[in-house]
Amino acid sequence: MAIAVVDSGGANISSVLHALRRLGAEPNFTSSPAAIRAADRVILPGVGAAGRAMEILGQRGLADVIRELKQPVLGICLGMQLLFESSEEDNASLLGLIPARVRRLPETPGLRVPHMGWNAIRNLRPDPLTKSLNGRWFYFVHSFAAPIGDWTLSSSVHGEPFSAVVQRDNFRGAQFHPERSAGAGAALLRHFMESPPA
Amino acid sequence: MARRIVPCLDVRDGQVVKGVRFRDHRVMGDIIDLAARYRDEGADELVFYDITASPQGRSVDVDWVRRVSETIDIPFCVAGGIRSVESAGQVLAQGADKISINTPALEDPGLIDRLVRAFGSQCVVIGVDSIADQGAYTVRSHTGDPDRMRTPGRQTMDWLREVVERGAGEVVLNCMSADGTRAGYDIEQLRAARELLPIPLVASGGAGSPDHFIAVFRQADVDAALAATVFHSGQIPIPQLKNTLAEAGIEVRPC
Repeated sequence: MAIAVVDSGGANISSVLHALRRLGAEPNFTSSPAAIRAADRVILPGVGAAGRAMEILGQRGLADVIRELKQPVLGICLGMQLLFESSEEDNASLLGLIPARVRRLPETPGLRVPHMGWNAIRNLRPDPLTKSLNGRWFYFVHSFAAPIGDWTLSSSVHGEPFSAVVQRDNFRGAQFHPERSAGAGAALLRHFMESPPA
Repeated sequence: MARRIVPCLDVRDGQVVKGVRFRDHRVMGDIIDLAARYRDEGADELVFYDITASPQGRSVDVDWVRRVSETIDIPFCVAGGIRSVESAGQVLAQGADKISINTPALEDPGLIDRLVRAFGSQCVVIGVDSIADQGAYTVRSHTGDPDRMRTPGRQTMDWLREVVERGAGEVVLNCMSADGTRAGYDIEQLRAARELLPIPLVASGGAGSPDHFIAVFRQADVDAALAATVFHSGQIPIPQLKNTLAEAGIEVRPC
């Protein structure tokens, strides 16, 4: 199975590649539109800021390539946020696949931002990606979050509920880092690789 | 959100070592073996401190960082020897989730801003070595080498405010007066830091018993507790510690 990991310019992408290799996959880290279109599965990682990430996708001609993909796509962390319409971060326009705006986590006394640590998720509707993962713990690092909506597969809470896992058509995304979420994260990545072609 | 338990591993030449008061380092084991052991025991995160890199002006040998990243599937932070955006980038590119800087930040506070711009707040941890003296807290630098330790003349709480303003994503506050004593974390100092920090705070220095962890989470409201000796020696097994914390009503990730 060909797995493309989109090179969107982030500094620490190698942990995603290592995680996929631990599961026996041979990911192709690429910014080639042809390689991304031809892959059986596409992972959109992302660390950094939303505006800069969209700029790089635009420069590399990848924004439309990603929008038009029909195979299963998984966004991770910022990569998940990029699936949405827009973000308060840099007031960025995103890929627009999910009609909602990513917002800054609320500044509430006693609530730490960035949200950095392990949280349990709650499945709101069933999906092969999150099967058996209700109540499991994942590692989150983020200052912005997507609201709950009909796109939400699983929620978590940091001050207020937010989307931990999302899905629309063939596009899925996790706000947490499955590659750094021990056994639960490995299970989610395995589910993604085993998921039926969209 | 779960409180994090963070073993700290001192690394020299690809081996984990433990010194007493930073002297006479003793080899504890292979870095990959120990990292995997802590991962299996339920550590929530690991900190690797390259103790040779920082005092001698060497940068981190990044090969072991890659090997750790290949092996473990929990987050880890690399400290020691990172003094530029370039060296931080090398460590992050090998798969570290965060980098931690201490003395270089005191010498050049603008480095914090540059790291945040390059990699985002979430990657940038500031380590602070602080000494309590008659109710006043002051920062120390060059603490990796007892012969070179300096007092840059900064009040700890002023420095903490500054690193937050510059965009740091997390602070590890090492209370040096408590470090190595196994008499408990410096609750008073950590509580003072907690009051002014809107970002995650990691307690360091003084852990000797499970009660000390309960106290620091309950009384100082820290997000994570770091320890070395009590974990390396096996005196406090992490699964047992997490059970004790859970029984005390403190939310932890089950092992």
